[in-house]
Amino acid sequence: MNKALPAGVQRHEFDGTERLATQGEPVYGEPTEGEWRAWNPNRSKLGAMLELGMDTGLAGGETVLYLGAASGTTVSHVADFAGPTYAVEFAARPARDLLEAAESRERLFPLLKDARKPETYAHVVESDVDVIVQDVATRGQARVALENRQFLADDGRLLLAVKARSEDVTREPAAVFADVREELSEGYEIMETRRLEEYHADHLGLVARPR
Amino acid sequence: MSNTDGWFAAGDRDDPDATITAVREGSADEPRDWPALALEAGFASDEDEYYDALREATTTATRAAVTERERADDRQLVHAVRAMDDCDRTANELAERLAEWAGTVDPDAGTGVEYARTLADGEADDDLEEPAIRSLAERVADLADEADKLREFVQRRTPAVAPNLAALADPVLAARLISLAGGLEELAKKPSGTIQVLGAEDALFAHLRGHAPSPKHGIIYTHDAVRGTHPENRGSAARAVAGKLAIAARVDHYSGESKPELEAELAERIETIQSRTVDDDAEADGGAGDE
Repeated sequence: MNKALPAGVQRHEFDGTERLATQGEPVYGEPTEGEWRAWNPNRSKLGAMLELGMDTGLAGGETVLYLGAASGTTVSHVADFAGPTYAVEFAARPARDLLEAAESRERLFPLLKDARKPETYAHVVESDVDVIVQDVATRGQARVALENRQFLADDGRLLLAVKARSEDVTREPAAVFADVREELSEGYEIMETRRLEEYHADHLGLVARPR
Repeated sequence: MSNTDGWFAAGDRDDPDATITAVREGSADEPRDWPALALEAGFASDEDEYYDALREATTTATRAAVTERERADDRQLVHAVRAMDDCDRTANELAERLAEWAGTVDPDAGTGVEYARTLADGEADDDLEEPAIRSLAERVADLADEADKLREFVQRRTPAVAPNLAALADPVLAARLISLAGGLEELAKKPSGTIQVLGAEDALFAHLRGHAPSPKHGIIYTHDAVRGTHPENRGSAARAVAGKLAIAARVDHYSGESKPELEAELAERIETIQSRTVDDDAEADGGAGDE
């Protein structure tokens, strides 16, 4: 891969195959090799973005706001290499698993909040975070990104996984992605997009910075 | 706590309850540099101490919020009705397997869960030499018993959680609707058109993709007013039932008061719909291809 991986993310060999890995307690039964645990790009959109060589701008040690943390599969890897990581998840059941993942991670802060209502966690999440990672399966994904822009530092990055089926199951994913891109440009400058087809059907990976 | 304060403004580190409540219920108009402000306010002496306190407060607050939401009665109902369906399905599957097996040993072997029950009770006058078959039959009977117990649980609990919904539909159907929607609040927020086709998602998406007619009804098919209506008019009946169920779910979630008039209104509407096929005995004759 051409782009440098963030510090704390390395390629390691698991059962003869080279895979992305981070250092931390295993969370979802992923294979481990010493202190390293494999990061499965099939289960993580951010993992897929890194695996596909997208320029995420991640260096390691960042302050991160993660929207749509779900059971903590991806956010646990993020917390392994990043700094303070705020994990917002709205559904109670996956949040139960998220709490487990947070147990061994000192700087992972789980929040049972609705990413569409940033005012309900603006008193907890600090301003000027370096990175927003967003993977929410609701309609209006661009709107969520725009409303959470207030948390992002001027030189920060938005790493967004757009799920076409959440917007409209009947439309062509390409058309959905075009709409999301257009709406997003109200507040962000899009730097790179790439379909994640190899790992996630009908998903678009997107890197942007605030404008 | 004004809306420019952080979560830590509510208390100090010796008073975790206040900060935990603040994390759960507080809000702010915009984010600020909370770690720096907390240090300034003397809440923490350095950044590490701040983040340690934040971790403590967020995990405790989130754990409490998760437990509260998961223990809510409608969640319990969702699990019960899903467990009931799982037990039913598994019992039926195993009963089929059992019938296959027992048929090889006893030519008079019956089928279904009922046969498994008689076999398990040892009442049947059989000469099954293979104890493994009887043992399997016992498991099937146990699973079927468990499903019955869960059904009783659902029938008992649903009226407490959603009185109007349980009165309008049968309690098991009411619980299934709550389960399909993901909770009572979720159901209350659904338009009646969605409630009408809950449980018919495959057909609905086939329709939205453009290669199938729109489904007339989902799980509400099991409602007497829908099933008891002539196929010609089932779409209308399903629409009427879904409309009233949507209202019932909203009343149950937002006010909780009992509204018996809903039942009367639905009965009247269904009567009108069913009287449309004048020459037909709509109650009994389901398959006539009239018109």
